[in-house]
Amino acid sequence: MSDKNQDLIDQKLQHLNHDGVDRRGFLKCMAWAGTGLVWTMSGGVPVSRAFAKAIDRSAGKAGDFTFVQISDSHIGFNKPANPDVTATLQTAMNKINAMPHVPDFIIHTGDLSQLSKPSEFDTLDQVLKGASAKQIFFVPGEHDMLTDNGEQYLERYGKGTKGTGWSSFDHKGVHFVGLVNVANLKAGGMGSLGTEQLEWLEDDLKGRSASTPIVVFAHIPLWTIYPDWGWGTDDSEQALSYVKRFGSVTVLNGHIHQIMQKVEGKVSFHTAMSTAFPQPAPGTAPSAGPMKVPAEQLQKVLGITDVNYVRGQHSLAVVDSTLG
Amino acid sequence: MTRKSAWIAGLAAPVMIATLLLVAGSRSAKANDQPSAASAAVKIDNFVFGPQTITVPVGATVTWTNSDDIPHTAVSTEGVFKSKVMDTDEKFSYTFTKAGTYSYYCSIHPKMTGKVVVQ
Repeated sequence: MSDKNQDLIDQKLQHLNHDGVDRRGFLKCMAWAGTGLVWTMSGGVPVSRAFAKAIDRSAGKAGDFTFVQISDSHIGFNKPANPDVTATLQTAMNKINAMPHVPDFIIHTGDLSQLSKPSEFDTLDQVLKGASAKQIFFVPGEHDMLTDNGEQYLERYGKGTKGTGWSSFDHKGVHFVGLVNVANLKAGGMGSLGTEQLEWLEDDLKGRSASTPIVVFAHIPLWTIYPDWGWGTDDSEQALSYVKRFGSVTVLNGHIHQIMQKVEGKVSFHTAMSTAFPQPAPGTAPSAGPMKVPAEQLQKVLGITDVNYVRGQHSLAVVDSTLG
Repeated sequence: MTRKSAWIAGLAAPVMIATLLLVAGSRSAKANDQPSAASAAVKIDNFVFGPQTITVPVGATVTWTNSDDIPHTAVSTEGVFKSKVMDTDEKFSYTFTKAGTYSYYCSIHPKMTGKVVVQ
């Protein structure tokens, strides 16, 4: 590559250098965005396989399980590039239901609705009713907090949660933590967890064996991807300090409507595609708003994430696939 | 014409003229003292409040219009005003009765900030 080209690339990626993703890793990430992908970590070394081969379920041991992450359904949104987000969410459900294995549960990482309207939540519930997995866990996005600071969201999806909707649960030996970083946002800031939630998190993780696999899910990315667009969480450092000691940590986020991945020590970060509309890559458009794509390409930039836990493996295998 | 009616007629004209001048005068005085209109507009587009800082006279009404394809809000950082969610083409107005500087932001996308200067 010529020096001139290298300089241009360096300039473009300069603002991203502080997030721990190096240039090569970033370019790899962008090439992966929107494609069907199996990405597994085996003993700390990333291994990719063609999507068709996927995970060999026949060799599965008891205690292995899968779950699916969907995100940013934005029910109520009706503009380009997607005038029918309910239909694309249904497509996502059909895809989940067509999987050879029934996921143990589904996690929705927020922005369920576009405007926190009861009719939007109702429509979402209708679609989710048809899911093969009967258990669904939620964390809110900023679009779900638009009326009464999220009281309506909490009433519908907050059972068993604390504060603005955070909670934890255990499943087959894996500890899951759902965090809320979209409440009480301060002017000029990014996502925010807040002191009360951080204190709860520290307490929740205390005394757990470091060999317990941890999965943390929250709407806004818990690592700084692009501050200008609010793609990060102001106080996530503290939260991450509590999980650092664990042998396997997987962080699942949404909000940015595209796949981004990062590995930092034993912590793997991953953001999911939206089931509603794509957003531009950092800095490639005037704003983070909906990205318009030709109708025939829409399904290629929307997707779901299948997560596989195999007992004894250090990390969870995160498999992204597009809707079409 | 009687002396009384003549006197009244004589008085009425100057009074009328004086009144007209007073009203006209006060109107133009208003226009000269406060060159900005009593209403101002902020356009929201591409996650930006435009203009980011707007200066208005005391008593002015600022109207925010959301031209973005994503909902936004306008919320004062000091709790002075708080809009409902504005979807595309929806508006919010607030009348500023006190002089001062009012910082605000979008509570959904807090990186979006703006200022209303009332003087």
